[in-house]
Amino acid sequence: MNIGVVVFPGSNCDHDCEHVFKDVLGQDVTMVWHKETSLKGLDGVILPGGFSYGDYLRTGAIARFSPVMGAVQKFAADGGLVLGICNGFQILLEAGLLPGAMLPNQSLHFICKDIYLKVENAATPFTGFCRPGQVLKIPIAHADGNYYTDPVTLAGLQANAQIVFRYCDDDGNTVPAANPNGSLDNIAGIRNAQGNVLGLMPHPERCAEPALGNEDGRLILASMVDAMRKAASHAHAGLAR
Amino acid sequence: MKAKIHVTLKQGILDPQGKAIEHALESLGFKNAANVRVGKYMEVELNENDKAKAEADVKQMCEKLLANTIVEDYRYELQG
Repeated sequence: MNIGVVVFPGSNCDHDCEHVFKDVLGQDVTMVWHKETSLKGLDGVILPGGFSYGDYLRTGAIARFSPVMGAVQKFAADGGLVLGICNGFQILLEAGLLPGAMLPNQSLHFICKDIYLKVENAATPFTGFCRPGQVLKIPIAHADGNYYTDPVTLAGLQANAQIVFRYCDDDGNTVPAANPNGSLDNIAGIRNAQGNVLGLMPHPERCAEPALGNEDGRLILASMVDAMRKAASHAHAGLAR
Repeated sequence: MKAKIHVTLKQGILDPQGKAIEHALESLGFKNAANVRVGKYMEVELNENDKAKAEADVKQMCEKLLANTIVEDYRYELQG
């Protein structure tokens, strides 16, 4: 599969993503500069973490007007898989590809540590290798991960199983004490209604190989590769008919 | 023409920075200080003589970029 990793000025997890998809999962990776206007030939797109445009104004607020984001909108509308990690999640929210907004962490601190995540929906292209309710240990590193949305949108997210990951303790209890940033309903990651766009604050690319002592993140990224492979073979079968 | 733009968190959304400042004011002895809200202030010079056009543009700027209306309110005044 050919995975595009978008590079904004200020992205800093782009090469971590490249490394995992290429060296750990054995895929092709294309680095996509934010001035690009086409995502042709890609099977999936990653908006990586970092501090695009220095987080000026609001996180993701300026990146979302980068030329490439028009192509990302189209790619997503055509059903392509888009994964936004941390700053990438913030950009997806600002772009309206996912509902809601990010507020500063309630503690006002930048938090960089391992947290536990509960897989609330294991039937997505990004969680296919996870068990329902599985607890993953994955690091967060952000100052603005306090997810917020209005009560009507929240009810919709809950009803449509769009909340994919929630912060929990090591036993999988999604209690307030396990919430690192004040995020509404312990939300750590959500998907769009169509199911092909996912944003999450934790960094799966930082824990995807044995050398790092934790491979939980690999489950998410390998699930995405598997879903792309299935989509590609379906498309092939369709063409053959 | 100059636009002076204020962006603040919507009422009802917790503003931890405002809360911290409020507590600091309290410990300084300002017992009457309450509901501190922190926001952003921006100035934009506009090469525009038509006030209605300038106002429409500033509104668009706020809606599209300067404020995230899911969590923020904005207000502005035009001078000159």
